[in-house]
Parts: sequence; structure tokens; C-alpha cells
Amino acid sequence: MRALCWEGRNKVSVENVPDPKIINGRDAIVRISSTAICGSDLHLYDGYIPTMERGDILGHEFMGEVVEIGPDVENLAVGDRVVVPFPIACGACAQCQAENYSLCENSNPNAGLGEKMYGHPLCGIFGYSHLTGGYAGGQAEYARVPFADVGPLKIEEDLTDEQVLFLSDIFPTGFMGAEMCNIQPGDVIAVWGAGPVGQFAAASAFLLGAERVIVIDRFDYRLRMAAQNAGAETLDYEGTDVIEELKEMTGGRGPDACIDAVGMEAHHDVGAIYAYDRVKQALRMETERPFALREAIMACKSGGTVSVVGVYGGFVDKFPMGSLMNRAITIRTGQCHVHRYMRPLLDRVRRGEIDPSFVVTHRLSLDDAPDGYETFKHKQDECVKVVLKP
Amino acid sequence: MDTRKHANGHGENQKDAVARALGWFSLGLGTAQIAAPGTVERLIGLSGERRALMRALGAREIASGVGILAQRKPAPWLWARVAGDAMDLALLGRAFKAADARKARVAGAIAAVAGVMIPDVLESLRTTTSGQIEAKGSITVRRPVETVYDFWRDLSNLPSFMIHLESVQERGNRSHWRAKAPGGRTVEWDAELVAERPNELLHWRATGQIPNQGTVRFREAPGNRGTEIHVSLAYEPPAGELGALVAKMFGEEPQIQIKDDLRRFKQVMETGEVVMSEGSPAGVSAKQQLRQRPAQPMEVAS
Repeated sequence: MRALCWEGRNKVSVENVPDPKIINGRDAIVRISSTAICGSDLHLYDGYIPTMERGDILGHEFMGEVVEIGPDVENLAVGDRVVVPFPIACGACAQCQAENYSLCENSNPNAGLGEKMYGHPLCGIFGYSHLTGGYAGGQAEYARVPFADVGPLKIEEDLTDEQVLFLSDIFPTGFMGAEMCNIQPGDVIAVWGAGPVGQFAAASAFLLGAERVIVIDRFDYRLRMAAQNAGAETLDYEGTDVIEELKEMTGGRGPDACIDAVGMEAHHDVGAIYAYDRVKQALRMETERPFALREAIMACKSGGTVSVVGVYGGFVDKFPMGSLMNRAITIRTGQCHVHRYMRPLLDRVRRGEIDPSFVVTHRLSLDDAPDGYETFKHKQDECVKVVLKP
Repeated sequence: MDTRKHANGHGENQKDAVARALGWFSLGLGTAQIAAPGTVERLIGLSGERRALMRALGAREIASGVGILAQRKPAPWLWARVAGDAMDLALLGRAFKAADARKARVAGAIAAVAGVMIPDVLESLRTTTSGQIEAKGSITVRRPVETVYDFWRDLSNLPSFMIHLESVQERGNRSHWRAKAPGGRTVEWDAELVAERPNELLHWRATGQIPNQGTVRFREAPGNRGTEIHVSLAYEPPAGELGALVAKMFGEEPQIQIKDDLRRFKQVMETGEVVMSEGSPAGVSAKQQLRQRPAQPMEVAS
């Protein structure tokens, strides 16, 4: 089959690789109809996530048709149309039973690697380095889906791929980002980053009853999308003191909750500050550029919540712990427990509360995926979300 | 290959005050040599013109110091100190004849190095010898203690999660174990269950090619969290060729092997299968984690 492989920093290519086979009784093979490039794939592309191997198939947002099932998969049949959640979860361990699927204790065969880096292991994730298991990803014609009796969501409705594809990651991730804010009537929610996850976080904050949502970015076309689709207010951080401006917009209170939908490769418009963290990151003296996170903490009202769904990999410098502690800020975070949100969010899509296809700006064939990475990375051509059709 | 043995598995207690003091001494000396090379040189009776050499020696000291203090097994780093002492003595011997040398001070420095070499050698020897290999590990499985105990007690189940094992045959309270070793070889031993308390504990002792003994304890985890399993084992690494084979099988860190086995045990108990990925097609294994294949499907001859 054809598959998009990681070949090193800033280099991906579409290669011919063997077709996947059933390995375990609870596996299924899915023929992929649509798959997307995620902002977190750019962290792999840029070489900031360790334990990548040349030849790794990328991609963790995908859907398609079941073409083969293992003998222990009883809830799926060949021909079913499914969306596959990006975390791999066994459904049986204590964390899965508590619906913390992205903390699954069994799905990562490379648990020891994660344990060394993070103290405890991570769950398995499709196409996302060997730290998360070394699973082949979904930017390919086919994928093997382990624990297929737990993860894949069957789509029986007459909905298009683009309406349901993002149930695999970015819609639930943005939704969980908003849910972790524990939104109360009258709340103002600020969202850093108007990329796909930020778009869904803003939209979800309204779904969960926020009074106002303010989205912060520097790309006009992304801010426009957040304003048009979610009805968010926007703030261009370039040339702006974001913390002061947010106070101004909220009568001095600051946002009740802040969502970091940016993560480890943030940009900062003050050249010297950007250069400081950029250089430390390049020298591997820190692994993150945490501008958005620092700002979210400082901006948040006292006693408020900072919800982190942007991806971080390692260690952060100049973390405003004093502000966090003295002002009783709650930090909530986590890789999304996608399985928990897929069905309720599918219901919202079906009821017409939201149409997730609004983020799609580029549709490419799998063979053009390398161009898709470049366009997305450099935010050319007003790119927000690239969908690939294998 | 002879019987160089690991000290007991928990490195901390093999690193006593002497080793730590030597580690800090290295760090202090190294820092001084790098920060103020001229001053250090004048202290040992030279003119202060060998800054580059002094800084290089400082870097060496810091490497040994960090190694001794940070590594669980300090022996190699202590031996590095011994080698460093020998090198310093040779350099000082040459310096003694140098034109800029103040001979009394150089002689003092030689005496100081010779003095510190004694604890260096003693401590290196002490941490390099002694003891059998001990290791332990634990995990919590979300299954009732009876289920977990019964599965483990049926020793023929063990090869389903201990990848080195080929088979375990029970004969009364004795059992015969066969394990795969590198190069298509097998290693065998007989074990005897010396204590057995249902849903609580199994304690075995084995004789044969690899004398070993160990205990598995089963304990109900609090608040319906399932069952805690605590394994501890100790073995006497055999000498000669067999010893090398065993070392290869169990790797440098038997502790990691136990953890891998326990992770697979949990997977089998909770999910019914050993989890495998394209990068780790044999499931959880420390060795494999370090040598990953690319995350793409394998060519299957079918």
C-alpha cells in the first residue's frame, strides 16, 4: 500500500510499504477513506518529539471502511464505516474503566520508554513516535486498529467524511479543553491559538454555555474563521499587550478560564523573548517554547482555570509558578480521552448543533501529502486544516 | 568471561559515604581546575601556564564525579578515578623535573594524589565485587485476587507472559523450566515450591544451571482496585559460557525484565492478549524498545 512516512526532520514522503495484517484477535483492518494532518504532526515533522524512526507511518486522524476483523471483534463487521480515535485503549484497565482512555495502562508496548521520560508510561497512539508505542499511523491506504472492539465509532448516519472525521481527535480535544474549564453562566473564556483545536475549543465553549469567547492569534484568516463560525471575539497578539487587553475586555477581571491550544512551538511577537526560548529549545536546554502557557496563566482571573490541550513534550523554563500558586489557579490538562466524547459529539453533529467540516481549507490526495505538510507548517494559502484522500 | 558479579540489585546501598565523598571531591577539584586553572597550578607548585591541560583534567574530574554520584552502579566511575590518579602521578612526575617547578609543592601534590588513590582503589574493589543479583517489581491488575493467583499458580501459564520461557512442566510441588537463550540454545532448571499460601504468596527455590529463588506476593489493592502483585527474585549468576548466556538473556537490568514480564501479565489478565505494535512486534520488551523497527507493517510471508 501507499503510506506517508517520516524520513527525518522536515522530510516526509509517500512510500510503498507492506499491507497491514491482523496480529491480535481484537484487531481490525480499516481501508482509509479520509485522514487529516494534525497540528501535533507538525511537532513530529519539525523534529521536536523524540523516538522517531525513519520510515514511521504518520497520521492519527483517520476513518474508513472495515475490511477485515480479528476473531475476537464482535461489535464490528466487514463493510462498517468507522471513525478511529487517536489514542489506543484496551477498555479493560482501571483508567479505561474510569473513561480516562488516553491513560490506558495496556496499550503501549513501549511503556518502559515513556516511564523513563515521564515517570509513568503513556498510552499507545497511532503514528506518533515510539514513545507512544510505535504504531503505524493512518496517513495511508490501510491501517491496523488494535482493540477494535473498544475504539472505532460506527457511523450509520448519512453524514459526509468531513463532518465526522474530526471526531477522531481535534473536535473532542477542543471540546475537552472547554469542558475542563467547568464553564458557569456568565463566564468569559479565552483561547490561545486559532488553529483547528482552538477553533473547536472556542465553538465548544459556546456549546457548554460560555457567555463570551475570546480567541487570540496573529493570523487574520484564522481569527476570521473563529469569528464567523463560532461567533468568538478576536485578539491579534501582534503589537498588543495581551494580558492588559484581556483585562480591558473583561472589566479588569481577566478571563474566567483560559485554554492553551498552542503547545510547545508557540510564537512570540517580542523578538528578544522569542529568541531566548527558540535558542534554548534549539540547544535542547528546554524542549518547549511556552509563551502561550505563560501568558494564559498570567491572564487568568484569580481562582480561575487554565486548561492545556496544546501538546508539550518535556520541560518548560520560566514557568510562572508564583502566579499560579498565589492566585489559586487550577491547571487541567491531558491528551484527549477521545472515546469518552465521540458518541455525544456525534449526536451534536447529527442534531445540527455544529458542522465540524468548517475547518477544512485544503483537500489533497495522499500522494500530495508532503506538500500538505509544507503548506500547513508555513500557514501558506490561508491553510487551517488539510484532509487527505487516500 | 569470568565471574564478575553485580553488587546487589539496589545500587543505592552499595554507594556508601566513601564513594559519595570521592564523587564530591572530584566535582570540587574539577570545578576549581576549570574555573581557576592558574591558581590550582600555582598551588601544586607550577607557574600557571598549563591552563588548557588543567581545564581538560578538570573536565575529566567532573565526568567521574557526576558518574559516581548520579549512576546507580558507581564502580566504573570509581575505576575512572583510579585511572585518573595514575595519569596525574605520571604528569606530576614529569612536572617535578620542569624548569618552573617549585619542587616542595610538587612533591606535596604527588603525596596528596597517592593518598587519595588508596580510598579510590579500595572503594572501586568493594563496589565491583560482592553479592548475587536481586531484583523486584510490582504491578496492579484489575482482577480479583483469586483469579490472579490461580492464573499464576498454574505454572504452565507463565510462558504466555514471560517471553524467555519456553515451557514449565509441573510434577507435584516440583517443576521443570525451559527457557530460550540466544543462539537457539535452551537453559533448563528444576524448581521447588517451598511455600504456597493461596491468594497470598508463592515462594520457590531452583537448582540446576541457574540457582535462583524468589517470591510472588498477591495482595488485594485498596478500594476495589484489583490485585497488587509483588515479585522479588535473586539468582547466582553462573560462571563461564553459561553465565554470559544468562547475562545476555536477562540483560544488564533484571529489574526491567521483571517489569516487562509484569506488564505482559497485566495485559494478558486484563485484555486477553499481549499488546503488539509495528515498532514492537513482540510486545513489551526492554531490549526491543531500544531497537525499534519502523512503525510500518512487516512483510509477512503467507
